[in-house]
Amino acid sequence: MSSIKQVINDAVEKVRQPNPIRLRDLIRQIRSAKTAAEERAVVNRECAYIRLTFREEDSVWRCRNVAKLLYIHMLGYPAHFGQMECLKLIASPRFTDKRIGYLGAMLLLDERQDVHLLITNSLKNDLNSSTQFVQGLALCTLGAIASPEMSRDLAGEVERLLKSSNAYIRKKAAVCALRIICRVPELMEMYLPATRSLLSEKNHGVLITGVTLITEMCRQSPDMLAHFKKIVPNLVRILKNLIMAGYSPEHDVQGVSDPFLQVKILKLLRILGCGDSEASETMNDILAQVATNTESSKNVGNAILYETVLSIMDIKSESGLRVLAINILGRFLLNADKNIRYVALNTLLRVVHADNSAVQRHRSTILECLKDADISIRRRAMELCFALINGNNIRTMMKELLTFLEKAEPEFKASCSSKCVLAAEKYSPNVRWHIDTLLKVVEAAGNHVPDDVVSSTIQLISETRTEQAYAVGELWRHLSIAQMEYQPMIQVATWCIGEFGDLLLSGHADVTVVESELIDIYQKILWSSQCSITTKEYALTSLMKLSARLTHEIGSIQQVVSAFGSHLNIELQQRGIEYSQLFTRHNHMRGPLLERMPPFEGTRAGTEQDKATITNGVDTPLDNESLLNDLTSPNNNAHETSESNALLDLLGGMEPGDSDTIKSTSTSISLTVASTPSVNADILDLLGGLDSGPAASVPTTNMNEAPPTQLPNSSNAAYLLDGLLNNSTPIISSPSSPVTNSAGTIPTSNSIYPLVLQKSSIPGITAYDKNGIRLDMAFELQETLITINLIASNNTGAQVTDFLFQAAVPKVPLRMRIKLSWLANGSPVQDQGEISNFPSALWQ
Amino acid sequence: MQFMLLFSRQGKLRLQKWYEAHPDKVKKKITRELISTILARKPKMSSFLEWKDLKIVYKRYASLYFCCAIEQQDNELLTLEVIHRYVELLDKYFGSVCELDIIFNFEKAYFMLDELMVGGEVCETSKKNVLKAIAAQDLLQEVSYGDTAYEL
Repeated sequence: MSSIKQVINDAVEKVRQPNPIRLRDLIRQIRSAKTAAEERAVVNRECAYIRLTFREEDSVWRCRNVAKLLYIHMLGYPAHFGQMECLKLIASPRFTDKRIGYLGAMLLLDERQDVHLLITNSLKNDLNSSTQFVQGLALCTLGAIASPEMSRDLAGEVERLLKSSNAYIRKKAAVCALRIICRVPELMEMYLPATRSLLSEKNHGVLITGVTLITEMCRQSPDMLAHFKKIVPNLVRILKNLIMAGYSPEHDVQGVSDPFLQVKILKLLRILGCGDSEASETMNDILAQVATNTESSKNVGNAILYETVLSIMDIKSESGLRVLAINILGRFLLNADKNIRYVALNTLLRVVHADNSAVQRHRSTILECLKDADISIRRRAMELCFALINGNNIRTMMKELLTFLEKAEPEFKASCSSKCVLAAEKYSPNVRWHIDTLLKVVEAAGNHVPDDVVSSTIQLISETRTEQAYAVGELWRHLSIAQMEYQPMIQVATWCIGEFGDLLLSGHADVTVVESELIDIYQKILWSSQCSITTKEYALTSLMKLSARLTHEIGSIQQVVSAFGSHLNIELQQRGIEYSQLFTRHNHMRGPLLERMPPFEGTRAGTEQDKATITNGVDTPLDNESLLNDLTSPNNNAHETSESNALLDLLGGMEPGDSDTIKSTSTSISLTVASTPSVNADILDLLGGLDSGPAASVPTTNMNEAPPTQLPNSSNAAYLLDGLLNNSTPIISSPSSPVTNSAGTIPTSNSIYPLVLQKSSIPGITAYDKNGIRLDMAFELQETLITINLIASNNTGAQVTDFLFQAAVPKVPLRMRIKLSWLANGSPVQDQGEISNFPSALWQ
Repeated sequence: MQFMLLFSRQGKLRLQKWYEAHPDKVKKKITRELISTILARKPKMSSFLEWKDLKIVYKRYASLYFCCAIEQQDNELLTLEVIHRYVELLDKYFGSVCELDIIFNFEKAYFMLDELMVGGEVCETSKKNVLKAIAAQDLLQEVSYGDTAYEL
């Protein structure tokens, strides 16, 4: 009677207060929403309802509501208000509640939340439950979200469960322990005793988790590693049984018996055998057995072979085994499955340095992989190819690599081209091949060539006299068909044609070129909107050089150059104007000035140059500047430091620690000064300062300054060659003319005035003689060019450091205002004055 | 394993299992990035890709992508096998599993995954044992309700 009443009451209740909708109904509702807004509306409505029921502490439907909330959470909506409900579910005795509760905990709570510590107590209870599945839930959750605090609290429970008689519990406890020792490494000791028995299991689940646990222990602690070395024979035995045992349907995967366990054991063997010859000895046989017996037609077999190869390469295996491993990788490369090829290339990349000769055998297959459809495979094949290049195979390899370079994606081109250059540098069979290759690289890589490749190419050509005719011929051919958008090729070509144009025209280069053709091409380059400013700078300078090599078309060159005098870009404009001067006022020196340069010294790309990979499509105003700096002074990365080094050389005798303190050393600085009698001449602005302090003024005003150059040998340390510092003094107002200062090293293409030092008939003067410092000047005059040699002597009897000489030359008549400062025995001395006793011969 | 994601061809997430703690925002960002990266890959490309400092292994089964993130020292080919084992288990359980099954029974998909792996490591290699455990727990679930049918 009462039960019927109960049922009626329940039914009435149900009608009055409908149950929350079922999970699948909600899912259906949400999925049928046609727009995002509709979906949001459904979700929000349901969330509001769920929140309400949570507040009402409805324990009956909590499970369903939380499940719905978890679905909503997966869609991306916030669900944090469900966290406490999960705790309540976990505490409930019902299994469904626990299941959903723990799932919710794993999804919504992680070790970063403070709330998660609240479930520690429930976890503890459930770990001690009599139902194995409840224990299993707790272990699973602990394994997923354990924080260090929780780990410490529950480590003991897990350790106890590790010794449980129930295999189901043991295996989960083992993985849980793994997580705990990852979070709290100090607890590792606690689990050591329990692990001993794990390996004598029959149950594969316990075996695999046991092996995983031991692997982690060995990885974390060298002591553990040493301790577990003794289980190597056990592992070998287990592995052997796995392979030799007959078909076991339970663990079989496509003919292979429990591949998961096999791989885990192989990994552990690897860790135990690494660096240990004795252990490696023990595992040699089994590794060979696995390697030869495993079927490789399916992915699962290959997974095992892959792990075997990794293990063989990492332990101290005998060479026969290593060759076997590499052959397996070679076989992988031929596999139709791209995943296997990928994995093989990856592994080969790691071992190629150790076993180069073995990998060489598979070179042709690797070259084939350069043409694979998958970009990651292509990239790995490329890197592997570079690792395999040696003197014997350079030709074939380079051929393939150049083909690859042509078709490569932009992000590859930069690295591929500089690696090609490096390889060519190391292994070229002869110079002509080297030049050919460099040219091909520049051509194939288009605009994605790093800066150092351009300069390397130029440097190589300049060094090899014999091939210059050939090179310029080739470059002319390229240039006449070149696309204007590929800057590096144009830059290299114009530079070479500028330098060696005479070879081109005289027929030495196997091409017939008429002067007007040359001019046409140059005009095309200089007026093309696709060419960068840098390229045009190259072209303009090169055109100027040609004016000294051609015979007929000088007029048109002059026209072109002067047209640039009004170019919008400052650099080009300046060049235009100054080069035009060479046709008019300084026509006499144009020839000697533009003579062929001596070969470059210094290192090429790949050794110590800056390897900035700047794609050449981008203009930077000082591009050309820095490029040529690199060409001419390889060790010159900062003007200041080389200045200071130069100065230290200069003041060699004045260095602290020098035994001869009372040395009067002399230093000489050559300053080349251009002055002209006419008023609107460009007066030089040059201040050959010797600047050793960190307050060196950085040259910024004059783009045309030549970079400082360094002495190739240091025996001439007293005779210094320093670069120029343009200390722009306020006295000078007119634009400066380029001044260079070089004595025997490389004149840059920026320099217009060659250095000419001759004996002079003009008397020298003593410009300054005070405070123990004496400045003597010697003069040379060639027409309008005055060269002053300044000798500074230290007669103080004490050490002088930080000597700074600054000079400014106002306009005619020839005077020089100077300012000196130095440190005598540590105390600073300063002086300034004017030198006006220049011999009148200088300006007449 | 650091995490596993299941998503559809339209980029809708069907399952996410994280074995490393990240704030929600980070998880969302990672998910978004990975989904768009993987969906952009062509069918001819390999199943592996490098992403940050992890290796990503993914495989497509019908309309669902299974994507796992593993560490550098893990075996990619084996991860493919793990994914395949998971799919096989689901297939046995649901009987020819399809995406809809996973959508409407997502909690069961999670339960299955938790039987196969704990903390990102495989803990049971026998298909039979996994399915046995799941079946037993389902039974417990029914029993715990007694008479009233309090299904989800």
